[in-house]
Amino acid sequence: MKTELMSANYAAARAVVSARVEVVAAYPITPATTVPEQIALLSEKGIYKGEFIRVESEHSAMFACIGASSTGARAFTATSSNGLLLMDEALHWASAARLPIVLANINRSVSPSWNIHVSHDDSMSKRDTGWIQFYVSSVDEFYHTIIQAFKLAEDERVLMPTMVNADGFVLSHTVSRYDYLEPEEVDKFLQPYSPPHWVMDPENPVAHGNIVFPEHYQEFRYSMHEGTKNALDVYLEIEAEYKKLFGKYFGGPIECYKCDDADYIMTSQGTIGAEARDAIDQLRKDGYKVGSARIRMYRPFPIDHIRDLAKGKKAIASFDRSVSYGFGGPVANDIRASLYATDIRPLIKSYIGGLGGRDITVPDIKEILLDLIKHEESGEAGPEETWHDLR
Amino acid sequence: MMVATKEIPLKEYVLKGNAACAGCQDMVALRHAHKALEGDVIQVVPACCTSVVQSLWPKVGMNIPILNTAFMASGATASGVKAALRAKGKDDTTVMVWAGDGGTFDIGLQALSGAFERRTDMLYVCYNNQVYSNTGTQRSGATPLYAQTTTTWFGKREPEKLLDLIVAMHEPAYQATANAAYPRDLFDKFKRAKEIKGPKFIHIFIPCPQAWNYPVEKGVEIGKLAVETGYWIMWERIGDKFELGRHSKRFQDPSKRKPIEDFLKLQGRFSRLFKPEKDEEKIKEIEDYIQHRWDILLKTLT
Repeated sequence: MKTELMSANYAAARAVVSARVEVVAAYPITPATTVPEQIALLSEKGIYKGEFIRVESEHSAMFACIGASSTGARAFTATSSNGLLLMDEALHWASAARLPIVLANINRSVSPSWNIHVSHDDSMSKRDTGWIQFYVSSVDEFYHTIIQAFKLAEDERVLMPTMVNADGFVLSHTVSRYDYLEPEEVDKFLQPYSPPHWVMDPENPVAHGNIVFPEHYQEFRYSMHEGTKNALDVYLEIEAEYKKLFGKYFGGPIECYKCDDADYIMTSQGTIGAEARDAIDQLRKDGYKVGSARIRMYRPFPIDHIRDLAKGKKAIASFDRSVSYGFGGPVANDIRASLYATDIRPLIKSYIGGLGGRDITVPDIKEILLDLIKHEESGEAGPEETWHDLR
Repeated sequence: MMVATKEIPLKEYVLKGNAACAGCQDMVALRHAHKALEGDVIQVVPACCTSVVQSLWPKVGMNIPILNTAFMASGATASGVKAALRAKGKDDTTVMVWAGDGGTFDIGLQALSGAFERRTDMLYVCYNNQVYSNTGTQRSGATPLYAQTTTTWFGKREPEKLLDLIVAMHEPAYQATANAAYPRDLFDKFKRAKEIKGPKFIHIFIPCPQAWNYPVEKGVEIGKLAVETGYWIMWERIGDKFELGRHSKRFQDPSKRKPIEDFLKLQGRFSRLFKPEKDEEKIKEIEDYIQHRWDILLKTLT
């Protein structure tokens, strides 16, 4: 392991080398572009030893990954925003074919209007495509989570493709420290991909994706749901092993900061969760019992972890950097739904903001938490949903 | 020298019990293509008749690996298969796309173009029955002038796209047209393609009894008439060496061709050209377009 200084995108390209990816197919889009640029450079220098297909669209990028993974190769792509949306058909295809492809999505707002800065709308709108989803908060976490994602996706109990999301520009173009692992080091953790289910091989011909009638189709979908749910426990195993081998641990499906004795929690995804630590420390100095829970794994949704987190809390502010039009913050709604069948009843308030790259800094997070506390203490819940910093 | 029938391998890759319609010429083409490729192939199939007739899960009616893919994604999917084979050092296996005309002329054109521009070592086959027949006979970019479809009830108003020239402008390593009514010629072309590295394209004329509305036993007759009337031109291009096929050479001179009516009147899809009365003008338009196709093909490629 050696410490290097790079942007998240540059580090993602190094994760492709470390994980001995065999096929990359990618198409340029801001802010993901520097991932394929770096892979091209590493390929031309002979450092990345797999194939790199410079495809003519994101739809083709994912289908080239599907072709490669179907032929038994470890496959990777990176994209953002409209690129991810163009892949939609392919995302569904990859998960239904149970292909353990890994996708680095550099979160970016969706057009129109053109805006290249971070929102989570792109990946949140892909929630039901059957992809496991992670959201990260640092360059180091991005790099290591990509490596872990291959192990998780390829596990026979899971076999579902995995998307690792990083905030556009905040991480993708911001240089920070991370710990690089040589492929030889990663070998101890990640074995070569060997498809346990099906593969294109002239020695053993099978057909994949042909017609399935109503009497069987539903069972395939059920098995996808089971595989996705299994990912939660498998990821716990993977993280434990990773920690043992490399000393790296990013907090499980939900990274908690000062949550144990807190009365008030703010949940968030991505880099806001890192920013929140300073806000928590400042509010604690002022005597508020607050904590931050950064949801790293969004699908499968860590329902039991949410229940444990919410138990005994007075109120939770869920911060979404995206919106489900007509129903509000997607994660807020998932948290509420997770608690409905229990008797755990903290006040849950949904906050939406930071869209199109609008900054969410320490004062914003403090303002949100203080708003939450004010409503809980007054006994008046106030609006279920608040658009933060709406002009 | 064309292959003798007795030299064609006996082994079958298209097995009994597939779900093709009676008289399906796609099955004839597939059968002879795979006899030429002899099993060392991975076949990519987008949405098309072949994706349906190959089998119904969990059974399979073909003795080769088949990767079904999305309608517009064949070129990309095959690129990924080839890259995986290269990464694993199994580069000799042929990667073949088997796509219909809709999946090639229309929705799949971009992925095909991308794969060929990248000089991907693959064989792209378009089996062309000139219509979206799998979805019930809607017009495609390959549907000929005045053919009736369920989206052109009174006959299509535009002639078919000159796809071969679009493909030729990508300068493939090998390009050929073929016709299911000439299986020995088709076999030879697949044999040749197998030995050539780089992007390769074979365009096969496939009469369809369902969509064209003719008796199921007439497929070979209609396929041959397509050549004898000059409608379908058989040719081959290795690198930039163009050769008019011997079956079509006889019909290069328009006066040697059978009247186009012989080809049209057998097919219900052209019935409005003959009923209630014969539409000489439209038939002449079709004839003129055929000559235009000969002229522009030979002008461009020779």
